Amino acid sequence: MSALKRSMTEPGITFRTIIGLEVHVQLRTKTKLFCGCLLEFAALPNSLTCPVCLGLPGALPVMNREAVRLAIRLGKALNCTIADFAKWDRKSYYYPDLPKNYQISQYDKPLCQEGWLDVPGEDGVGRVGIQRAHLEEDAGKNIHDTPGCTLVDLNRTGTPLLEIVTRPDLTSADQAYAFCTELQKLATYLSVSEGSMQKGQMRFEPNVNLAIVRDGIEYRTPISEIKNLNSFKAVRAAIEYETRRQLQDWMADNSYLFGERPHENRGWNDGRQVTELQRSKEQAHDYRYFPDPDLVSVEVGRNAALQGELNRPIDELPVARCLRFQAEYGLSANDAETILAERATADLFERAVEAGAPPKVAAKQFVNVWSKLANEYRRSIAELGIEAKRIGALAKMVEQNTVSASAAKTVAAAMLDSTDGPDFLAEQLGLIQVVDEEELAKWVDAAIAANEKAVQTILTNPKKAKASEGFLRGQVMKISSGKADPGRAGELIAKRVAGLKDQED
Amino acid sequence: MTEDCASFFSRKRLEDRLVDTPIDESQVRHVAQLARLKLSDDEIRQHTVDLVAILGYVEQLSELNTDGIAETTHPLPLCNVLRDDEPQPSLTPDQALANAPQKRDTFFGVPKVLNQEGG
Amino acid sequence: MTTLTETVESIRAGQTTATQTIQACLERIEKNDGHLHAFVSVDSKRALARAELIDNALKAGKPVGPLAGAAVAVKDNLCTDFAATTCASRMLAEYRPPYNAHVVECLERAGAIVLGKTNLDEFAMGSSTENSGIGVTCNPWQPDHVPGGSSGGSAVAVAAGMVPAALGSDTGGSIRQPASFCGLVGLKPTYGRVSRYGLVAFASSLDQVGPFTRTAADAALMLEAIAGYDGRDSTCADQGVPRYAEKLGRSLEGVRIGLPAEYFGEGLHETVRASIDEATKVLVDLGAKLVEISLPHTSYAIACYYLIATAEASSNLARYDGIHYGHRSKNAQDIMELSASSRGEALGPEVKRRIMLGTYALSSGYYDAYYKKASQVRTLIAQDFAQAFEKVDAILSPVTPTTAFAIGEKTDDPLAMYLADIYTISANLAGICAVSVPCGFDPAGLPIGYQLMGAAFQEETVLAIAHQYQQHSDFHRRVPPL
Repeated sequence: MSALKRSMTEPGITFRTIIGLEVHVQLRTKTKLFCGCLLEFAALPNSLTCPVCLGLPGALPVMNREAVRLAIRLGKALNCTIADFAKWDRKSYYYPDLPKNYQISQYDKPLCQEGWLDVPGEDGVGRVGIQRAHLEEDAGKNIHDTPGCTLVDLNRTGTPLLEIVTRPDLTSADQAYAFCTELQKLATYLSVSEGSMQKGQMRFEPNVNLAIVRDGIEYRTPISEIKNLNSFKAVRAAIEYETRRQLQDWMADNSYLFGERPHENRGWNDGRQVTELQRSKEQAHDYRYFPDPDLVSVEVGRNAALQGELNRPIDELPVARCLRFQAEYGLSANDAETILAERATADLFERAVEAGAPPKVAAKQFVNVWSKLANEYRRSIAELGIEAKRIGALAKMVEQNTVSASAAKTVAAAMLDSTDGPDFLAEQLGLIQVVDEEELAKWVDAAIAANEKAVQTILTNPKKAKASEGFLRGQVMKISSGKADPGRAGELIAKRVAGLKDQED
Repeated sequence: MTEDCASFFSRKRLEDRLVDTPIDESQVRHVAQLARLKLSDDEIRQHTVDLVAILGYVEQLSELNTDGIAETTHPLPLCNVLRDDEPQPSLTPDQALANAPQKRDTFFGVPKVLNQEGG
Repeated sequence: MTTLTETVESIRAGQTTATQTIQACLERIEKNDGHLHAFVSVDSKRALARAELIDNALKAGKPVGPLAGAAVAVKDNLCTDFAATTCASRMLAEYRPPYNAHVVECLERAGAIVLGKTNLDEFAMGSSTENSGIGVTCNPWQPDHVPGGSSGGSAVAVAAGMVPAALGSDTGGSIRQPASFCGLVGLKPTYGRVSRYGLVAFASSLDQVGPFTRTAADAALMLEAIAGYDGRDSTCADQGVPRYAEKLGRSLEGVRIGLPAEYFGEGLHETVRASIDEATKVLVDLGAKLVEISLPHTSYAIACYYLIATAEASSNLARYDGIHYGHRSKNAQDIMELSASSRGEALGPEVKRRIMLGTYALSSGYYDAYYKKASQVRTLIAQDFAQAFEKVDAILSPVTPTTAFAIGEKTDDPLAMYLADIYTISANLAGICAVSVPCGFDPAGLPIGYQLMGAAFQEETVLAIAHQYQQHSDFHRRVPPL
């Protein structure tokens, strides 16, 4: 899609949309950024708090090493420079979900600076500049739906966030959408974040304005910041709406211009699909940033664990790895993407292939068999804990027709509760496919004898012949307790029925 | 006795500095708003007088050339004080809410937040 | 009056019991605290119960801590889960923390018994304990005079013999100045020597907890109990704790003591100067060598301090808004008014004044001229000390320009009150240790002290000098006329 658009209503006017994004990504730590309280979604309100995250008098923050490591990991993947010296600052504002009435954040010395993320789009890959990514603590939650009273839950207070700020390089709602999804893929792939939208682990704040050209003169509309979007769809819809609105507002009043009108904070009304101006009682914000005297600096070069994270070779990122999976293993784009949803799962897949698994069959099993089991247990495939070797062996058995694809599901389920190999388990379960032609012939004959109606259908009704053949194949599998090779059974059924037809003719 | 020390206790010198007052009542009202302090008109007047005196006094720092001097925010040169990502016991909701002026179930209660935004 | 060392020794030797000791302390509180107002709260029941446990342990021959059975008082800005922690503010009048400060845990682990919480200037902001929301504390040497502050309650509790030792906090002199006004030893340890976890913050980069005692030997005992690493305070040093009490005997032969010219200029009262001169003579007789030194940025210290301390305070005290704990205004329609009114109603004038100054110093357009500038000047002040400690082992100076002033004398002139902190605040800015030591009385009978400043983590040096001095002086043995 071209970034330059023509106004629908007034000829002679073109405009482009200028978008920058602020994205908050919740880091995947067990505990909060500055205290040992667990991070758990939907826990009993105020059951995961302590003097530190309640902001009680005398309590002091201590940095969570893992949060800093994860921030370095994502910063590197975003091609950022990781600062030698980063520090913590206090950002002051009053709000009931911020018990200290200041947020611990990083102001002038953020951990990650100046990077980029490549985002695939219709016109090819677009590079979006990253201005900075800094660590900060989340606030709690205000609940407004009780009459006359706001309720405050501080369980979320102190959750570690990485705030990623892009350059205003994005030019369309679609590109912003693509940026957000790519960022989510990257963060979940690197295990930096769970990336769950439902749990509010990614939140987006687009800054939008327009550059409008009329009669060769460029006009810029005021920047509006759309606060706290929590879905990709909302990002796209809000930017699309805001583009239309700003154009209309400018056309209605040509003094609706950057520099003449204030920066606007707007909220997204999902029900009405519009952005709404947020009125602030407070005057222009004055956050009074200053260095937090309770915390010391982060100096990556002077800490082994942080330096280790920095030195780790840059991983092959999902976009490149997806292309390689297609080229090297012949996977479909869909299968490759499913496997690449999480790095540990993709790594497991590659180890299974190294252990001798036929890649395409293994990929089908990841998508159809293992992912279903993982879902049942609410884990990722890698977290099921099955060794690559056993996963590979099962794929090999299917490739060699030792078990059928459907029997493989049963074997896979059995592998979860056992350390035995799939061959042993298939044997025990009686799922080894029989190749003995005589035995197969007996099962096919029995199936045909018991289902004359189906045979007749095949012979007389070409429209339903396929379905009936499938039915007979199923009967063979049933009679054989799954031991028949369904492919060969199908062939034999066709042969036998053809014979019957010949007889009739 | 040094010239430096004399300056501490010389009211004369202090008063000299107050000529160019750096802050007025309307600014004091703005600062009170930033600090979330509801002050009476009398208090605003008194704080203006006090701030003018104190700011006049601290003005002497501008005599010093501090170009290129590092800022000290911590007396000790510590860095990378990090803890393991290991859970510690939390308070119970009862403990967390023990000092709350208003609570409902296990929530803190406050009067309705009217259309303000956070950070 | 018995010292802490004597108290624990006699309990351990069976000459007295912890219970008897606590009862004696309670009697003195009963007798004198009605007019001195050192304490905000006293928990005699809990103290006697703990004393009984210690007596039982001693009877059974079980091991007890080095402070077993000794009564101590702690400033009411140190969190205790067994008593309200008010900071002498209406804001926290009912506030009961769910946890104990690190130093409170340390003292009780060492066998000490926290008898009560002591009065202070609200949120430790002040130099006279007149800014308390609870009431004014009086100097036992002359009850119409201030005890100093902000840890005035702790100073008076020890000076009046209600407890042999107490903890205070020192952000700009709040231990050393009241110690000097009340005739005690008061130690501000090196920044990071003692964990601040559970100390209600005034200015986080300046605050330290330290002891009030009669003698340097007692201060050494107290410091051993409270010093050391605590993983809950990121600014607490991971550095071993010397056996301070064992190192007190070191000879002063050849010890170099610096006298900074800037600390003996105009404004220093003649009686104070004379007493300090006498004290230096004693130290010279003990073998110490006097060295003239200069701390050239001294005159900027007050301006520097009042910008940094108030900036940090404005942020540290932002949390007191009546939302999650503390005083909540009943006259508010919405949330913004609720916090502004709660703060307006419950915070005292000095606290408001400092919040206003600090907020202004950090506000948009003024940060560079005030906060940043002060942080740079702080570097220069710290460098002055670093250079001085290349030439000397300790620096001797006055603690305050005058002896204790009359109650009400300075309350209308906040700046004059700030200016009197001139000799104590530099140690906080530089993060070094300093102790105030009794060295005389003025003609009105009010105590005078001198200050020994040591390099970072050189508490053993200043305590040893103070101890040697106290072996040859008796000012610390005098008792106020109660």
